[in-house]
Amino acid sequence: MWRSYLLCGLIGWIAITAPASGFIAYVSNEKSNTVSVIDTDKWIVTKTIKVGQRPRGIEFARDGKSVLVAVGDDDKIEVIDTVTQQVVDSLPSGPDPERFTQDAAGKLLYVANENDNTVTVIDLEKRARVGEIQVGVEPEGMTLSPDGKLLINTSETTNMAHFIDTATREIVANVLVDARPRFAAFKRDSSELWVSSEIGGTVSVIDPAKRAITGKISFDIPGLRREAIQPVGIAITRDDKTAFIALGPANRVAVVDAASHSVIKYLLVGQRVWQMAFTPDEKYLLVTNGVSNDVSVIDATAQKVIKTIQVGELPWGITIAQQP
Amino acid sequence: MIRWLVGAIGLGIVAGHAAAAEPIEIGIGYLGQAGVKSKLSLIDQPAENDGIAGARLAIEDNNTTGKFLNQRFFLQEIRLKEGDDPVKAAAELAGRNGFIIADLPADALIAAADALRDRGTVLFNAGSIDDRLREQNCRANVIHVAPTRSMLADALAQYLVWKQWKRWLLVVGSHDQDKLYAEALRRAAARFGAKIVQERTFEDTGGARRTDSGVTLIQRQMPVFTQQAPAYDILVAADESEVFAAYLPYRTWDPRPVAGSAGLVPRSWDASLDQWGAIQMQNRFMKLNSRRMTALDMQAWTAVRMIGEAASRVNSGDRKAMFDFVKQPNFSVAAFKGQRLTLRDWNLQLRQPILLVDGRMVVSVSPQEGFLHQVSELDTLGFDRPETKCRLH
Repeated sequence: MWRSYLLCGLIGWIAITAPASGFIAYVSNEKSNTVSVIDTDKWIVTKTIKVGQRPRGIEFARDGKSVLVAVGDDDKIEVIDTVTQQVVDSLPSGPDPERFTQDAAGKLLYVANENDNTVTVIDLEKRARVGEIQVGVEPEGMTLSPDGKLLINTSETTNMAHFIDTATREIVANVLVDARPRFAAFKRDSSELWVSSEIGGTVSVIDPAKRAITGKISFDIPGLRREAIQPVGIAITRDDKTAFIALGPANRVAVVDAASHSVIKYLLVGQRVWQMAFTPDEKYLLVTNGVSNDVSVIDATAQKVIKTIQVGELPWGITIAQQP
Repeated sequence: MIRWLVGAIGLGIVAGHAAAAEPIEIGIGYLGQAGVKSKLSLIDQPAENDGIAGARLAIEDNNTTGKFLNQRFFLQEIRLKEGDDPVKAAAELAGRNGFIIADLPADALIAAADALRDRGTVLFNAGSIDDRLREQNCRANVIHVAPTRSMLADALAQYLVWKQWKRWLLVVGSHDQDKLYAEALRRAAARFGAKIVQERTFEDTGGARRTDSGVTLIQRQMPVFTQQAPAYDILVAADESEVFAAYLPYRTWDPRPVAGSAGLVPRSWDASLDQWGAIQMQNRFMKLNSRRMTALDMQAWTAVRMIGEAASRVNSGDRKAMFDFVKQPNFSVAAFKGQRLTLRDWNLQLRQPILLVDGRMVVSVSPQEGFLHQVSELDTLGFDRPETKCRLH
């Protein structure tokens, strides 16, 4: 009899001390001016942090010690300490920052200033603006090439992906894509650059060397009018084999074979799905559903939606890393 | 061969640095009328640059894109004063511009279009909502960016039916435009299942619009005018002439909402729209023009942007190539309405969602959910292909 108690106790003890993933997700809530913190083991919101006005772009700093969030209506980037989970500092960003990206070393920040048709370069050590690049109308999408030599910025009303040389900070090429590009992502092997066109309804596949479109991914969901299919966020697995694309008011995430560019399936999530992030082990993909005010959790291997977590109002961006 | 290859892959690449070649210049004319229409509400008074301000912003937006493609856009404006000849002005603009954005009454627009037909100039109707311009008086060289009266009436009717406010008291002004609006509203009611329980006419007896004792008199006049109506849910006012509708809200005999020319108003755009990234548009407009953006401004902006879009995609300033591009089936323009806007191929009318606004907020956007269509739900607004009287030649 006592052996079964001991066994239960042992199993219980093992269960309690089984290693947790220790990942944590930060979600920017554009309307409620907060950031929701999600524990990715328990799948619950553990804290809601008050931030400045209109938080959108959000990213863990490269050293993992802080989370940077662009507060567009306050014209700055706030710094959230990941230990205390509070805003401790702010950085200049140029006016109306929407999305930003950091270089690999965590020394420079490239910020899209949506109202001003510029990309601002911020030196994180000096905490100062060190450069500015004039781009097209309403810049948003920002991504660096894997080798860090190119910064890609997309302009929503100009409908272009601008290729910016990070050394000279000059535009070296512009590729015209379908209407209203929102997001750009490189494959890890640098063979392809993907750009989503929200109103055009497609994802353009660009050869970064030739700087030309080599293909387009379209979507077709039976029973759903085409106009509702509005691709925004893109996440490609590290092995470059599978891609997930958020389709906005189609309320679905497309799972795409990244080699053949064909759609494998559509996963029904919440309303107006825009941005996404993998957990660092790529086991899960979390997506933000702006209009239903929640985050959907997708099991990336099984390609199934397993959970929905309520967050703040109009959730926009999401960033996930190891809890320090 | 090279051009085909370029087209097939959809290239739009150029070096970012200014090319040694001179930029391609694309001239766009704007033909409007000087002077502003008087409105009953002081707040609704249009600015002197209503419409053209939107065109000017779009020229800037086009030029931001254009610097990456070695294209430069120019706007040449003519404002017609009382008695000026629109045909002469249009011909003058056509001399230096392949495209003209027009904010003209229907007959003047038709005259201008006919005069320019053989020159190949493409006109964009940014101002007139008359259905006949898209029906029996349609022209192959006119693209319509302004919505039609029927689209506006249908947008309102769909919402009122969705809301189950189906019994309408229709009050019509005594001028021709008011009667056209009433006709569109009657058609919309029949089409979507509303019932006009009674019609009344508000005669324009002249007199000064603004008088110091105005309110005291008006608040006695309006209840008396609207009393003894059969049971109704909403008063729909057809008053494009700005004689009475703005006086109706909160003064009807029965406590009822007002729609149409006052109260809940259908429009292609409003300064209160903040969905679909529109706030960026509102900010840019305010920054350039120091005032809020109207529907006419947005209609003009959209027209100039369509030209810019064509120039980017065909990578040229060739007017014919650009016009052909705009007319092909997969052309669309993004205009902060949450979906791509396309042209109806039978009459070159831009399909578009219509906002229903109360002057402070956007109340709804039509087409309403549940009104279905086999081609595009936007075609539930206005005259559809099987009904059209337009034969483009």
